[in-house]
Amino acid sequence: MTALAERHLLGLEGLSREAIEHLLDTALTMREVLRRSVKKVPTLRGKAVVNLFFESSTRTRMSFEVAAKVLSADTYSISQTGSSVTKGETLVDTAKNLDAMHPDVIVIRHASSGAAALVSRHTRAAVVNAGDGQHEHPTQGLLDALTLRERWGALDGKRVTIVGDVLHSRVARSDAFGLTALGARVTFCGPPTLLPPELASLGVTLATSLRRAVEGADAVMMLRVQNERMDGQFLPSSREYSRTFGLGLEQLEWLKPDALILHPGPVNRGVELSPEVADGPRSVILPQVENGVAVRMAVLYLVAAGHAEEHG
Amino acid sequence: MSGHAGLFAIVGARVIDPANGIDGERTVLVRDGRIAGVESPGALPSFDGVRGERIERIDARGLWLLPGFVDLHAHLREPGEEHKETIATGAKAAVAGGYTTIVAIANTRPPIDNAALVRFVKKKGEEADLARVLPAATITLGQKGEGLTELVDLAEAGAVCFTDDGRPVANAGVMRRALEYSRLVGRPIVAHEEDLGLAGGSMHEGEVSVRLGLRGVPGAAEEVMIRRDLVLAELTGAHLHVMHVSTAGSVRAIREAKSRGVKVTAEATPHHLTLTDEAVKGYDTNAKMMPPLRPEADRRAIVEALQDGTLDAIATDHAPHATVDKELEFDKAASGIVGLETAFALTLRAVQRGELKLTRAIELLTSGPARAFQLDAGTLTVGAPADLTLIDPEARWKFDAKKSSSKSHNSPFDGWEFSGRVVRTFVGGRVRFEL
Repeated sequence: MTALAERHLLGLEGLSREAIEHLLDTALTMREVLRRSVKKVPTLRGKAVVNLFFESSTRTRMSFEVAAKVLSADTYSISQTGSSVTKGETLVDTAKNLDAMHPDVIVIRHASSGAAALVSRHTRAAVVNAGDGQHEHPTQGLLDALTLRERWGALDGKRVTIVGDVLHSRVARSDAFGLTALGARVTFCGPPTLLPPELASLGVTLATSLRRAVEGADAVMMLRVQNERMDGQFLPSSREYSRTFGLGLEQLEWLKPDALILHPGPVNRGVELSPEVADGPRSVILPQVENGVAVRMAVLYLVAAGHAEEHG
Repeated sequence: MSGHAGLFAIVGARVIDPANGIDGERTVLVRDGRIAGVESPGALPSFDGVRGERIERIDARGLWLLPGFVDLHAHLREPGEEHKETIATGAKAAVAGGYTTIVAIANTRPPIDNAALVRFVKKKGEEADLARVLPAATITLGQKGEGLTELVDLAEAGAVCFTDDGRPVANAGVMRRALEYSRLVGRPIVAHEEDLGLAGGSMHEGEVSVRLGLRGVPGAAEEVMIRRDLVLAELTGAHLHVMHVSTAGSVRAIREAKSRGVKVTAEATPHHLTLTDEAVKGYDTNAKMMPPLRPEADRRAIVEALQDGTLDAIATDHAPHATVDKELEFDKAASGIVGLETAFALTLRAVQRGELKLTRAIELLTSGPARAFQLDAGTLTVGAPADLTLIDPEARWKFDAKKSSSKSHNSPFDGWEFSGRVVRTFVGGRVRFEL
């Protein structure tokens, strides 16, 4: 069984609705395993999964590790510090050397857009993109889709608004591809410096007014804005950003009563999201995290299965 | 082939010499490294009265005979980055591509900012004895954008133009003085037009860049700077040459300036004539260059400007980089591609696609660039150097970057199939390349 037309999961762009639905269905089965008291199935026994994280990460990294371990894969973790990268080894060399050790899956997080694609050209392993620069973060897109689908049954016709630094956000791109493939209508909202008009070509609506963007939305995803963007280059200050694009109790009044609040983490509390909203009843931030593990189990399972077919 | 250096005639070829309005079968007589005659078929005697010798004949039936190509923009990397290219390997790639004259751009390490370095480049070119290598020198010392170089001294040493290349002169006052002072030597100030405040990305800013999550460079980065320099060229009356024009807005600005008599010439590259930013999809670093590949509307504007004379030349921006500089994450990879060995094929491809007229295309590779820099090259006028390129217009071939004469192989055209190929190149009447 393989859900992916390609051996790797480099992004959600171009994935069919069927492929995404199949991934989400598989994730639901996996989540059931995760909730057992004995969290272990032999599905990926004897498979080697390498986690290659060149950027700091808590959630995604841990989530991939848990996912691999529950499926009984052997996992190996490499981070930028403590690897040959600090000695100047190129990414291609790292990929070739890892490949010589016969891993089945390489999970990569890297600061450069296209890094996962580059690694995929230099290894026989299946490559899973765990976030490449400002390009895609496909498992985040999948876990967001799963979280919304189970609340709503289906995404068709639902309005999802993504607020923040969409220009530099890999989450925004994967969400745009994934959620629209499932029938949702996506709006990107942010200041004009972070919202170039070309983004509309992703099939999303663009808005610079938070109020108009969230009124009538069925879900609002708040993105973190990196501090380096708020030093006058893109935004005058964190303070001004927060009062123009932050979501607090006051702004919450603009939303539909049943609208959901998502955040890919880590949250800049008090900047894009007030603590009351982050921890409030509409927030599905923690279910997102649980679904993250389930989705990554599904992805590892499906790419490793595809890999086995090809090399079996 | 080497036996006929002194006296020979090429017979049977279709001669295309745009500068002299020739397109048809002619016999070209070469004596002592210069063009001695361009005659109707059959008009040439078998015995040369001047030398009192029998004229050796080279049968070129079925081939095209063109003036050797002139490239205003090649990076030969020597001194300083000889692992990427040397003057000798660059000159070898040049003749393999039909080029007989190339301008070696000055952004080497160290940059060519004094007469001794100009003479070094010239001497290395002469030692290689392949294409003629004409040195460019920098506008400012160390390409720093501050103090002017000694333009008179540099010109006397052999510099044919002045450019700070990829580190454009940011201070408008310095650029103004450079243009003014250049009138002393009558050599162009050559500008890579990029406002560094708007630059900094690794591809064109547009639909493809937002999709790939790559930081983009808007066309405005080029257009803002071109408009500034056109204003300064008009103010000073000096000759400005604009490198690798890549956007429709730049074309409009140059067209308007030319129509008012501003002394400006400009070039475009074969890759901007051929590819668009779509080529970056998949993160192929051989599609990374500055200025970046632009969308189709810009590509079409470049084609139109080459045809209508707004642009004067096709120039390669031959930019060799080693694998270690290119096989990297896209944002970290070096910008630029090799171009000398594919430029003619890509230009001819535009002709075959109906985008350029053949004689205009040849002009853009020969007399167009020669006129822009006032070089004694690019024509078959009697008395001109016998720099010639023979083309087999029917030859089908596949470009194999690994087998190219350049030291580097960074080309997005690797594996492309072309029809029409350079089969022999003469420099000063001597065969310097033969397929």
